[in-house]
Amino acid sequence: MNNNNNNQRSFFFNVDWVTVFLYLILCTIGWFNIHAAVFDERHPSIIDGATNYGKQFIFIIVAVVIGMIILLLESRFFSALSPAFYVVTVLLLMVVLVIGRNVGGNQAWINLGGGFRLQPSEFAKFATCLLLARYLSGPNIRVTDPKSFMAAGAIIGLPMILIMLQPDTGSTLVFCSLIFVLYREGLSPYFLIVTGLLITLFVVALLFNPLHIIIALVAFTALVIFLFRRNRKLISTMLIGLAISITFVFSVKFIYTSVLKPHQTDRINIILGITTDLRGKGYNVNQSKIAIGSGKMWGKGYLHGTQTKYSFVPEQSTDFIFCTIGEEWGFAGSLALLGLYIFLILRVIFIAERQRSPFSRIYGYGVASVLFFHVVINIGMTIGIVPVIGIPLPFISYGGSSLLSFTILLFVLIKFDSNRMGII
Amino acid sequence: MNNFFERRYVITGIFVAIILTLLARLYYIQIVDDRYAIYATKNVIRSFIQYPARGPILDRNGKILVQNVPIYDIMVTPKDVKPFDTVAFCNLLGIDKDGFNKRWIKAIKYSPNKDSPFEKQISAERFASIQEKINDFTGFYALPRTVRTYPDSVAAQFLGYIGEAQDRDIKRSNGYYRLGDYIGITGVEKAYENVLRGQRGVKNMMVDSRGAQKGSFANGAFDTVARTGERLTSSLDIELQKLGEQLMQNKLGSIVAIEPSSGEILAYVSSPTYDPNLMVGRERGNNAAKMYNNPYKPFFIRPIQAQYPPGSSFKPLSALIALQENIISPSETYYCTGHYRAGNRLVPCNNGEAHGTVNMGRAVAESCNGYFSMVFQRILERSGAKYTEAEFTKWRANVMKFGLGARLDLDMPAESRGNVPTPLHYDNVYKKGGWRASTIISLAIGQGELLATPLQMANLECTIANHGFFYKPHLIKAIGTENVIKAEYTKRNYVGIDSQYFEPVINGMQAVVEDGTARRSKIPGIIMCGKTGTAQNPRGEANSVFVAFAPRENPKIAIAVVVENSGEGAHWAAPIASFIVEKYLRGKITPRESGITVDYFANANRMPDLTLYALDLKKERMRDSIRAVKADSIKKFKADSIKKAARLKTANNNKPNNWGNLLAGRGAGK
Repeated sequence: MNNNNNNQRSFFFNVDWVTVFLYLILCTIGWFNIHAAVFDERHPSIIDGATNYGKQFIFIIVAVVIGMIILLLESRFFSALSPAFYVVTVLLLMVVLVIGRNVGGNQAWINLGGGFRLQPSEFAKFATCLLLARYLSGPNIRVTDPKSFMAAGAIIGLPMILIMLQPDTGSTLVFCSLIFVLYREGLSPYFLIVTGLLITLFVVALLFNPLHIIIALVAFTALVIFLFRRNRKLISTMLIGLAISITFVFSVKFIYTSVLKPHQTDRINIILGITTDLRGKGYNVNQSKIAIGSGKMWGKGYLHGTQTKYSFVPEQSTDFIFCTIGEEWGFAGSLALLGLYIFLILRVIFIAERQRSPFSRIYGYGVASVLFFHVVINIGMTIGIVPVIGIPLPFISYGGSSLLSFTILLFVLIKFDSNRMGII
Repeated sequence: MNNFFERRYVITGIFVAIILTLLARLYYIQIVDDRYAIYATKNVIRSFIQYPARGPILDRNGKILVQNVPIYDIMVTPKDVKPFDTVAFCNLLGIDKDGFNKRWIKAIKYSPNKDSPFEKQISAERFASIQEKINDFTGFYALPRTVRTYPDSVAAQFLGYIGEAQDRDIKRSNGYYRLGDYIGITGVEKAYENVLRGQRGVKNMMVDSRGAQKGSFANGAFDTVARTGERLTSSLDIELQKLGEQLMQNKLGSIVAIEPSSGEILAYVSSPTYDPNLMVGRERGNNAAKMYNNPYKPFFIRPIQAQYPPGSSFKPLSALIALQENIISPSETYYCTGHYRAGNRLVPCNNGEAHGTVNMGRAVAESCNGYFSMVFQRILERSGAKYTEAEFTKWRANVMKFGLGARLDLDMPAESRGNVPTPLHYDNVYKKGGWRASTIISLAIGQGELLATPLQMANLECTIANHGFFYKPHLIKAIGTENVIKAEYTKRNYVGIDSQYFEPVINGMQAVVEDGTARRSKIPGIIMCGKTGTAQNPRGEANSVFVAFAPRENPKIAIAVVVENSGEGAHWAAPIASFIVEKYLRGKITPRESGITVDYFANANRMPDLTLYALDLKKERMRDSIRAVKADSIKKFKADSIKKAARLKTANNNKPNNWGNLLAGRGAGK
């Protein structure tokens, strides 16, 4: 193996500096925007430890140090210990249900003392990606094989169920993004298409009269069958699809009223415009849109945002941190930030694809999917196109657990990548 | 080994497409849709109104009649209120739970989003203890304001009072006034509202989501400063006003004194009066209710709202018209037998004792009813009895030129017209052409349907003092620090009598005071020309009336005094007038030959019996804008008084609606 040689040459040999650079830029943007979002005139210094921005500075330093440590470790350490990480995380997720601190309705935190808290669900993403990579890269494992698929589903499903019990819907849904990983590894595209169709049908079923939807579905099916009447396979697929769709349309009402909780249906209703309650349930999203929308092209300037600084937007340093960016830096800033994110995600995919070992490739796709899901859902909810799901904006939202877990997620990939010539 | 390599492009494509959707949405809400920027401004900027102090009002010598003291209103914006310790809050303001709920509901009803007063008029002393803690209650804040204060407690009916703008005021003002704003309700406060109120300012503050202030918006670039209301200089002389109110205490009636050379009103006394400070502050409502219920009506502005028969004080005017119309010469004599026969009517004179031979001067001096009845009859019948109506119309026009029977357009609200009867009125009472000079002979001596306000009577004296013209009487001499004077107040209003005709009449008026009916009121060293009147009052004792001006050469003051239900003019009104005149001309009161003193008159109680006076209420209540009192007892009281009035009418008068004949029959005026 040439691992030893590499290490001897430099700790940072073959490290993808582009990704590290993007990481550091995003962390810095986060730090400055937390400063702007919760600016406190009594503690104007950005490194004042009494404030959230001061704390975030400490978190960033800790995260960078941990990132460096990860680069110093052996790649094999992570692949070998991936089941252990997974088991520890699952145990922590169970423990948190018993001794966890309840913050904002979710029992998701373990108190570490000294004002610091640990959120196991953040680390569950890392552990799950790692174990999923380990499993799928194993010999004779194919996603198309039902048994393997079920096993992969179980790896993803177990932490989901535990997080759902907290209950933290946002973090649970993050795991759904791993469908892209499965797709990349050979999962039938129908899963993606059907998932997309079902989401569309869910929204449509909420907005329109079920009867009209069924008429439209039947008409569409009839048209397709008529056009491709020679293709028997397609006809049967279409008919099955129709039956499922109709059942789904009728079950939407049931899911909506019985499965989802009232605050969740409220959030969906607000996004779909079924209810408008700007003072109550719709307050957050409306204020968030006002903050972002008032930024116009160039924004109001650093520390000159009024909506976020004067607390009109709730959760402004965590889930709604994007409001500060939208307000103070305008569309230009939003564009730049989204540009950075898409650059980072594409870079991660690029890194994943250049791996020799399936393990690191699969892990890389896991990282890209999780990052993508967080970015889209988080920004989407602040601009009112996704229901409010409390998940952080990677590297930018205030919070040690989230910053640390994303750092570990990313730096482990960087570590794998620096070893891409070797076989893990 | 990598079978699904091309799928990276599908995944990349999906990721990029979804991120582009986000960007499109961002482009829409940040660049295309302007609404959010507007909402953001609304969120953050709160406009606070800066209330100006009302303009102060001074007397003619610069002494303060009204000024302002600071108070604080606790304002609330219900939307901004966060849950708080209501008990502590109630204790802070000194209110109970019910009081809190009542105020809270009122505020919500007005508007959940706009601020409205929660607790009003907290004095500066009390506010000191509230100031620190009020900021702990989000949504509440203290608004500094000012209220009126009256250092000398005089001239209440002139000054009037302010109160909160009612819904109709707010509507009428096109949104200028808001709930909790103050507006002039009566008196000068109402008449000069636009000048006194000043100009409101606006301060734009940035606030956070809880409404706490975070500094001024755009460094105050859009703020405007509140401008204090203009200062008004009244024509009143505060010393004269005080003396007048002192002399009129425990009496019903009025004093109006005017400077003939300018029309400026020097004294404007309405009695009973009240302390204007009672209409300020937290007890205002209770005090006002008490005064509304007072049967003697302290809110009734007697100088301009009370209408009295002028009685004999009208005689100089009769004489002047007769002279101008060449009906009689000043030296022409008339022999008074003690009564005057007009048709089948007998007008008694001097309690039936003959005055003997009188010329115009003596007739005025001794107030000879016969002489003036004769003159009046001659005027109306000079073209023959058939043309009575035409001549009466002419006579009426001549009388009205003196400012009688129409509003003098005083710069105060709620002025009464007085009354000079129309020919139509007599056509209705009798029949067309069914009345002659003899029928309406009581007009000759200022009785009958003739009614004048004290202001009109005083203005009449100004005209005589000026030998034929008057300046429009007014109470505000100058507006603002630049002392702007309205142009209409510098214009002479001629009454159509040539100036040479005044001397004989004035001679007579001088004699009234020198050795006539009012000789007891003679002021040593000052020639006062006056005329007493004893206007018969169907409801009780006659009203004591005296009109005068002084000194004879270059008159400085003209005055009308009415003391209701007090008998002869010479007994009550004339002495009071003489004190006012002397005080104004000399600055002090000197001992009188007749021995009358200010103290005696100030201490005398001439309040009429309430049951008799109550009869007046019916009529006044109709005129009065105050309809707040709806208690059953009052309704019953009203019903009783109507019954009494009806009984009195049927008992005493065969020809209804003509008090004049009844009065003439009893004998009028001295």
